[in-house]
Amino acid sequence: MKRLSVLFALVFFAVTGFAQGLRVGDVAPDFRLLNVDGKYVSMADYPDAKGFIIIFSSNHCPFVVAVEDRMIALHHEFKPKGFPLIAIMPNDPAAEPRDSYELMQVRAREKGFPFPYVFDRGQKIYPQYGATHTPHVFLLERVGNELRVAYIGAIDNNVRNADQVTERYLANAINALLEGRRPNPEVTRAIGCTIKRVRAE
Amino acid sequence: MKKICKVFIATLSLVTLLFLLPCRIQAETPVRPIPIVNFDQLKPMLHLDNDSIYVINFWATWCAPCVREIPAFEKLYEQFKDQKVQVILVSLDFPNHLESRVIPFVQRMNVQSRVILLDDPDANRWIPMVSDQWTGAIPATLIYSRDTRKFYQREFYFEELKEIILPMLNQN
Repeated sequence: MKRLSVLFALVFFAVTGFAQGLRVGDVAPDFRLLNVDGKYVSMADYPDAKGFIIIFSSNHCPFVVAVEDRMIALHHEFKPKGFPLIAIMPNDPAAEPRDSYELMQVRAREKGFPFPYVFDRGQKIYPQYGATHTPHVFLLERVGNELRVAYIGAIDNNVRNADQVTERYLANAINALLEGRRPNPEVTRAIGCTIKRVRAE
Repeated sequence: MKKICKVFIATLSLVTLLFLLPCRIQAETPVRPIPIVNFDQLKPMLHLDNDSIYVINFWATWCAPCVREIPAFEKLYEQFKDQKVQVILVSLDFPNHLESRVIPFVQRMNVQSRVILLDDPDANRWIPMVSDQWTGAIPATLIYSRDTRKFYQREFYFEELKEIILPMLNQN
């Protein structure tokens, strides 16, 4: 019976695979997740925001560590323009102990994160977005009462070295929205750390 | 007395040498050189047109699930190396970690498969050229032959890899 359910899960994964999750233009679901300061954060808490920079992030991933300073700079640059950043930690600490809530608090304090760093406890939110790795960016824009996905992917075209960035994909996408244009490109890709789940044996 | 001394020193040297020799050999166990390539150099390896099956695994020493599945790829290499199955482990470690992390890892795990380090920061350009399905998460694995091309953004057990390879071998 256990084997059967594992098989079922595998087939389910194979069939649904990457098709699941949000695409550009889709309505993004709100969430209510615990921030490192002990308070819960929802996008509904920001009625004046024109949109959000949602970045699925973590403590342990070297590709996240490489962009943390850029995340802070993006928040400072775009929060005043109506696009605050919210970082969501989607890993299961049972699978990656370095991504525990307590260590999230430590990391946020060390880096002085000016944005919420919230914990997707129970891993309910990241599958709805279709995030697969950290860092994984979803740029949302307010359209009427809804938040719609405007851009998915990478922060820029050089994760490893901020000095060698030649395309600021995310910043360009937000500036496009602010100027009433569509982001181009609206989807990019970058290497990142797989979101950690406990594997069914 | 002088003679005894000489013999003693000679014996001591010999014994020391005998002790040191295996150490030296062990320390110098050759790790095959790990070439650093950009994507344009890697790309031909993703499109070889011959009668082999190529298993190309993208990994990094900092990626826990990648490290966990390396033995599965090693076992695959070991069991199928005589049947035209080629395993290439493409490390996405930062190139300045080649000496400090990648080579020690390859040594410690006694990795027999071929290892290459891909140093190409503009991932948005080359990720879709590996597979349109790849969002960029690792581990990721491309398995191809002349007739079949499969891409997986997931972690593998050996048995799962074997189940993919066997039908491809029968096709060939």
